[in-house]
Order: sequence, then C-alpha cells, then structure tokens
Amino acid sequence: MSLTSNDVHKIAHLARIAVNNSPDDTEQDEISTWLAQLNNILSLIEQMQATETNDVEPMAHAHNLKLRLREDCITETDHREEFQAIAPEVEAGLYLVPKVIE
Amino acid sequence: MEWEVVIGLEVHAQLATRSKIFSGAPTAYGAAPNTQACAIDIALPGVLPVMNREAVNFALRFGLAIGANINRKSIFARKNYFYPDLPKGYQISQYELPIVSEGRLIIETPQGEKNIRITRAHLEEDAGKSLHEDFHSKSGIDLNRAGTPLLEIVSEPDIRSSEEAVIYAKTLHSLVRYLEICDGNMQEGSFRCDANVSVRPKGQKEYGTRCEIKNLNSFRFLERAIDYEVHRQIEVIGSGGKIIQETKLYDSDRDETRSMRSKEEANDYRYFPDPDLLPLIIDESWIEEVSKKLPELPYAKRQRYIHSLGLTPYDASVLTSSKSLANWFEASLKALGEEMGDAKLCANWIMGEISGRLNRDNLDISKCPVDSKDLAQLLRRIKDGTISGNIAKEVFEAMWSGEGEADEIIKRKGLKQISDNNEIEKIIDGILAGNDDQIAQYRAGKERVLGFFVGQVMKATQGRANPAQVNEILRRKMGRPD
Amino acid sequence: MLNYSLNELSGLLKSRKISSVELTQSYLKRIDSLNPKINAYITVNPEASLKQAAEADIRLARGQIQPLTGIPIAQKDIFCAKGWKTTCGSKMLSNFVAPYDAHIIECFNNVGAIMLGRTNMDEFAMGSSNETSFFGPVHNPWDLNAVPGGSSGGSAAAVAARMAPAATGTDTGGSIRQPAALCGITGIKPTYGLVSRYGLVAYASSLDQAGPMGRTAEDCAILLNTMAGFDPRDSTSINHPSEDYVQSLSAPLQGLKIGLPKEYFTAGLSAEIAQSIEIACEVLRREGAEIREISLPNSPVAIPAYYVLASAEASSNLERYDGVRYGYRAKGYKDLVDMYKKTRAQGFGPEVKRRIMIGTYVLSAGYYDAYYIKAQKLRRLIANDFSNAFDKVDVILGPTSPQPAFNLGERSNDPVSMYLSDIYTIAVNLAGLPGLSLPAGFSGNGRPIGMQLIGNYFDEARLLNIAHRYQQVTDWHQREPSL
Repeated sequence: MSLTSNDVHKIAHLARIAVNNSPDDTEQDEISTWLAQLNNILSLIEQMQATETNDVEPMAHAHNLKLRLREDCITETDHREEFQAIAPEVEAGLYLVPKVIE
Repeated sequence: MEWEVVIGLEVHAQLATRSKIFSGAPTAYGAAPNTQACAIDIALPGVLPVMNREAVNFALRFGLAIGANINRKSIFARKNYFYPDLPKGYQISQYELPIVSEGRLIIETPQGEKNIRITRAHLEEDAGKSLHEDFHSKSGIDLNRAGTPLLEIVSEPDIRSSEEAVIYAKTLHSLVRYLEICDGNMQEGSFRCDANVSVRPKGQKEYGTRCEIKNLNSFRFLERAIDYEVHRQIEVIGSGGKIIQETKLYDSDRDETRSMRSKEEANDYRYFPDPDLLPLIIDESWIEEVSKKLPELPYAKRQRYIHSLGLTPYDASVLTSSKSLANWFEASLKALGEEMGDAKLCANWIMGEISGRLNRDNLDISKCPVDSKDLAQLLRRIKDGTISGNIAKEVFEAMWSGEGEADEIIKRKGLKQISDNNEIEKIIDGILAGNDDQIAQYRAGKERVLGFFVGQVMKATQGRANPAQVNEILRRKMGRPD
Repeated sequence: MLNYSLNELSGLLKSRKISSVELTQSYLKRIDSLNPKINAYITVNPEASLKQAAEADIRLARGQIQPLTGIPIAQKDIFCAKGWKTTCGSKMLSNFVAPYDAHIIECFNNVGAIMLGRTNMDEFAMGSSNETSFFGPVHNPWDLNAVPGGSSGGSAAAVAARMAPAATGTDTGGSIRQPAALCGITGIKPTYGLVSRYGLVAYASSLDQAGPMGRTAEDCAILLNTMAGFDPRDSTSINHPSEDYVQSLSAPLQGLKIGLPKEYFTAGLSAEIAQSIEIACEVLRREGAEIREISLPNSPVAIPAYYVLASAEASSNLERYDGVRYGYRAKGYKDLVDMYKKTRAQGFGPEVKRRIMIGTYVLSAGYYDAYYIKAQKLRRLIANDFSNAFDKVDVILGPTSPQPAFNLGERSNDPVSMYLSDIYTIAVNLAGLPGLSLPAGFSGNGRPIGMQLIGNYFDEARLLNIAHRYQQVTDWHQREPSL
C-alpha cells in the first residue's frame, strides 16, 4: 500500500499543512520528498500485518481502569487578560481570525 | 405524484450543570467574552480533560426516561476538524459507544399517539462562538461556550411531517425540562435542532437523499425550514433534478435554506478514542439511584390526568406541557380537596382565566401573582355557593391586582351570593309586579321571557342572586300551566 | 561541588556550608561557559533562578528542609512553567510564555527546588537524536560530534556535562532512557500514570510519561519521590499508595530473578553493548541475582505499532497549534484555511509534520481498522508478552539502545533508521511499564553504553534498588566527560 501525490495533498489538507511552503522548493519537489519519506515509513508500518491478531482485544490504555469523575463545582476564575497577553490577535476580549464563512 | 416526507432530528440539549463538562469553568450564559474560558477550554498546551459527574447523571436521567439502554461502558472519542471556535482542533464526543442507545418518545399527534424511536443520546462538549460583526472583515472568537456539556439526542427517521417534527421537538423539550437537565432556553441556544430531511414517492421503500439543516433554534423555524426544504426537494425531483446530500443553514429573514460553504467538502473526522479519558463505566447502583429519583414523566402524568382525574386528553396535554404548570395545577387541586369535579374546575380556571392573563402579561406560571392555594379558596367559594362563577371572575381580577385573598375580597366588596329564598322572592315579586304581559307570554310558551326576568333580578342584585334559586322561584311564581 | 550527589548537596545546604544562591550561581556559571558548545539549554533565566534560590535559602535558614530544597534542577522544555518560555523545541511555541505550572513544576516548587533552566529537546519530543529541535541540536558531552539521543537530549547532556545536578525528562518511546544511555547517565521512565501529565505538552497521550534523569539511581529515586503522586487533573493519573524510593535502594539482590529477552540480543545489537551487558550480568550474579533467558516474541512489531499509535495521537494533539490563541502565526495569508496551513507548515519542523501526516493518514476513513485498530491489538500482544515474562522473572535486563551515540547528521535524513534507535525502549511504553537505563560501559571510541532494566507495573523501587546496588560495585556512572 503506497501513497500517491494526490493522497499527500489530501492528507496535508486534512492536517492543514501547506505543502509548498519552502520558497526554495517547487511544490512538486516537496511532494516527491514527502512521498518518498511517508512511503518509507508506511512500509515500516506494514510490518504489522505479518502478525495474526484475530480475537485480540484492542488495547487503548496501559491500565484497565475506569474513568474518574469530578464533582460539578466551579473551580476556575477569569484569566482572560493573562491568556490573551500571549495571543496573536485580540480585540474587545475576542480572539481575531480571518473571516469565518459558514 | 404523492410524496412522503421523512425526517430525523438531532437535538443538542445543553446540560444544566454549573461547571463545564471537562473543566471547572462556569457555564452561565451571557458573560463578557472569554471570561469563562479557562486554560482547558482554550486548549493551552498540556491541559487535560476531567469529566463532570453531573453531566453523566443527567444523561442517565434522560436515558432512563426514554426507556433506553444505558451502556455500562461508553467511550469518549475525538472528532477532529479545524475551526476557530474549536480550540483543541477536535471535539470530545462519543462515537462508537454512546452512553444511551435505543430509546423511544411517545408523541401526541392530531392522529393519535405515535412512537418516535431514539437511536442514541451521547455526551459531548459544545464549541465556542464566532462573531462576524464589526471586526474589519475578521471574525471574533468567544470561547465561553466551549466545553459546555451537551446531550446530543438522535432520532430515527420516524417523523413524517414538519408538524410532527415540531410536536416531537416540543415533547422532547418538555421532557428535558421535566427532568431538570436542560433549561430549554432556545434563544440562548440551550436547545438546538438539526433536521435531516428527505422525500420519497409514497410507497417507495428506500429513503431519498437527505439534507441536513443545522441550528434551528425555534420551533417556528424548525417547521418553516422543513416546509421550505420539502418544497424545494419535491420541486428539484419533479423537474428531473437530483438532490445532493449537503448541510444547509436556515435563513429566517429570507425563509429559505442555503448550503453551508464550510461544510461543502466531505469531512473526514478521524474519530478515535480519546487517550486522555478512560472508559466511562456505569454501575448498577448508579442506575438504580437515578431511576429511584426520576420524577413522574409527562406521558405518565398525562395518562393519569385523563384516567384518574377525568380530564379530557386536550386539557391533560396542556396541563402537562410543563412541569411547573402541572405542579401548579396539582397544588391547587390538592388545596381544593380533590373531590369529584374539582380537577375539571381547576383545569378550566388555569387554562382560562390564569393562562389568559399569563399570556397577556407574558409571565411564566412560576411568576403567577395568584398562588395555587388562593385559587383553591376562590374555587371553594364557587362550590359552596358563596359566589357564582361570574362573580368569581370579578373576585379573581381583584386577586390578580393584588387586592388580597378571595374571602377578603368577597367580604369587602359585598359579593356574597344571595341565597336566602325569602329575600330573592321579595325581589322577584317586585319585578314581576306590573309585568303581566310578559308573564302571559311566558305562560303561552315563550321561554326566553324567563331569561329576561333572570336578567332583571341579576341587575337588581348586582349579579349576587343565586342563579339556580332565581330560576326555580321565577318558574314557580309565573306558574306556567303544564 | 559539581560532582556531588543530590544527597551530598542537600547535606551541604542543610549544614549551611553553601547557600542555594551560591550553588545555583555555580551551575549558572558552568552553563554559561559550556552551553555554547553543548546547547543543552534553550532558556536560562539567572534572575528568576536566583530569586528562587534566595527564597530557598530563607526556607533553609528556617529549617524547612526537604531533600530537594535549594537544589537547582534542569527542566525539560516540555513542562509548562508560569512565566517561563515553554517552547517544546518548536518554532510553533518559540514565543509561548506559559501562564500556568505543570503538576511536576508545582511539585518541585513546593519542596523549594530551583528551576535552573529549560533543556533542549527534539521538537514536541519527536526524535531520537535531538536534531529536530528548532533551537539546534544538542552535542553529546562525551563527543561533541555525537548526538546526545532524544528527545530528552538536553537534560541528558546537561546532567552528563555537570551543567545540572539532575534533570527531568519525558519518555514516550524511549526519550528518557535512550539519551540517558547515550550520555552515560541514569534515567527512569515510571509506570504510565505514576507521574501526572498535567502541564506536560502532549505528544502521544497514552504513552507520554515524565521521569527523572540523574547521574545515579539514588539521585533518580530522590527526584521520583517528589514527582510521583496522584493528581486529579489528569484522568489517567493513578491513585497508587505513595512509596519512598530512597528507602529501598540498598536492599540485597539475593534471589532476584532477571530475564534476558532473547529477541534483544540479535544481529542488530552492537557487539560492544552485548559484551557490556554480559559483564553486567556477572556483576549482578555476584550480587545474588539469577539470570535466565526469556522471550518477548512480539518485539519486532513494537516499532511499527508505536509509529501508528503515537503518530495518530500526535496528529490530534497538535491540532491546537493553529495560530489563533497562542504561539506562532504565519504572516501573509489570504483566508482562514490559508492561515492554518501556513502557520502549521512554518511553525512545525519536518519530523513533526511527517508524524502528523502519518497520524492523519492512519486515522482517515477506510484505513482506521487496518492501521489504528491493528496497532492497538499488537499493543495488547506486546503487553501480554511482558505479563507472561513477569510470571517467570522479577525484572528484565537488556540493552537500552542498539548502538552507542551516533554522529550528528548520520541519520537525520533517514527517518526509518532513526526510528530503529528506539527498538528496545518502545515496547515498554506500549505496555505502560517502568523502565530504567543506567551506564554499563563505554565503546571503543569512548561513547557511553547503557543498559535497560524493565520492571512490572509500579516496580520502580525494585528497578532503582537493582541499579543502585550495581552502582555500588561499578563506577561507570562516576566517569566524567572531559570538556
């Protein structure tokens, strides 16, 4: 199973990563580098398929524990000023971004 | 061609917890932007979610109320997509294993009862809000709402008209408020509907292609958006076109639905179990405890009102439409004494005099200036003949204006009914004297003459004469030969 | 003074022979002179550190003394610390001043330890050589042309170069143990859930675990006493009864059963390392341990399974870096999507982007079962291997890394060969077990060799005990690089 350059474009879009960002690279060059590296990693990953795993329960966590729940209490206070001091762009207490189109 | 409309609803009910689903920030509506968004809500690097027990409790309450399966193990999953109001880049939701599955809601349609199956109800976090106005062609992001607990309630496509959709939504709305798990405030977005709408030729088995209309925040918009969409789909198909599966927004100003540009591309949410959260395990004792504390639900209450209290199905529906109204009704009934006919009397008054005034003054029953015990006192005076129904309305108006309790007003204004036969006879004699013509007409069979004399007696007594006695005495005195 | 153990330093502070300010100053001076060569630190802030030291001196004067009071500790730049730049080795967070403290930062602050500085690391802890850091590679103190290992390479190099008495690290697939091995120090990755992840910038949440890095097992035990403990802010934190890891350090090893996994001693392992471990086995036998061969049959699939699971989690964990609320935002974008894409393309380095891309792919529709679920099943098989092994032996001993430190640049263009550096450490993270690396010799060209002890869940005390006993009769851990 190996990726095509079309796949790389799709994945990069899903991950919101521009693939032609470096000014020295043409987009095609960057894509071919991506293709080679990702396919290399995927062929490493393919080695998983050699092991039979029918009837094996998938393991998501190291310990077989149940979720702990907290009481419904308000424990947080307003830290907007501190939080927004490190924000790229704010106005009137809001984070600003390029226009969102619904 | 005859068309059948197929609708499934997804309702997002904000759970009325104090703090957020995964953080200790407050959920109160209307705070200044981003003042209720803590480190977890704004997804600072390194923060982690911790689940709110009350949100689980509320989901259990709902699951038990709709007779659903409570899944003893459910899993929180991440739904990944980029959007500025989604700080982590993923929404924590439940995907493969929701907490509640396979329930049902009985709705009351003009054609009778109908069972709407509920596929699932799962816990998830709400997103923040994007504000588009006044930021020099930028959007402002307020994350106060981010992390507010939601119960997403998904129905099967069992709904067949916009009218049914509204009834289903209203029934659900009433249920979550009965359960006290959601404040139901639709203007504030506490209860939001998405509608999946498709049409198919009547008799066809397969569903048509559906469109999803997002974020309908009033029952009226729900109805109109569905009507518009059904109309549009029939027109498209009728003119040889095809429906494209898409996500739409309802524009209430133009009364039309339009495609959401942000949802145009097919999304791949890459769901996977959230590694920050372990499986949610519900034990039997928790279920038992919640089920013990479950209040009487609207459907059961309605059945009781019809079958034990003898109310009409319509009256029962109106009175059970909200828990506070039903409680008010039951309190007044209890104060009155719960004898035969009391329920009907209370119901008539609540649905007539009281509801009318509440609507006029735009008040909820909880803000009713007359309390249920005071109404009961008034009704008792009708029952024991102290006042007539008409006088009672006058007394009630005075009570509404804060002039005091019923007995006090009756006494102060001298509204006590005249029930003394001698006194009434004296008044009647005075009126009959000199009206021989009318008496003759009555005797000749002109029944409406009786009404004329009753009117005269009431005029003379300012309405205080006992109407039954007046009738009886008049008939006797005019002595129509049989 | 730079060679003193934590216990010795604590004694000097307690007896007021030195002050915390003096101690901190001497380390700051050492950092000042060596950091240009080694690049172990991303941020030092002498003013803030000395202020803390002055406060610690007041505590010491009042007799409020805990084992780490007044002692400077280097913190990996992955733990949020209020008022400190917390970069995670990335351009994305190069301007991020954390507005809150991570759990373990609170732990160190509470006992009056000093934040000596923020150590360099592979970007978002993704790497095995420290070459993926936005702030440049760290140089191995034993050979400046060699890598220090990663991702906690800055911490390992700082401790080895005596630029810190001890440090913290995080370990997702070997990031404490492999750099400890390559720099000739001791480091332990605790059982998953023993140390809170609150405030640790996430790479792969189900695998990430913080732990101590020091010159000796004893120093690690002192640090772990401070770091371990239940934290309700981390839903995966475990309410395990607290232990004193120092108290049990000297227990005899009589009757201890040690297993050597045969799968770890194959062609891929350098002969020098195999030989060092053989010698170490002799030492441990003399201490009373029994050594036997065991099997961990699913070892070969640990790396592929890890790169599926860790990349998948990383792709999701790193979605929050979108240029909206904090961190880097690209300039010159045409719309929202363009802002996201440019911000993330410019803010992340190549290795981080590779893992995000792989993770995005393996979670995408149609591939989830073949990759993600398959990897989770293999994770179970790997955990079962260990559980079977611990039916037969008390601990497992093997190499930490297949080779001693490699040269800078040697593997940086070949991601897959880089990934293979973690072949012996990754399975431990998948199972969630504790693993410890300690010095066991040197290669012919003078680079350190490490060996790894793997214990059953919550068996940290035993691992530290074995390492300590070993360090009582060997001196590998006392060797000092000439700088």
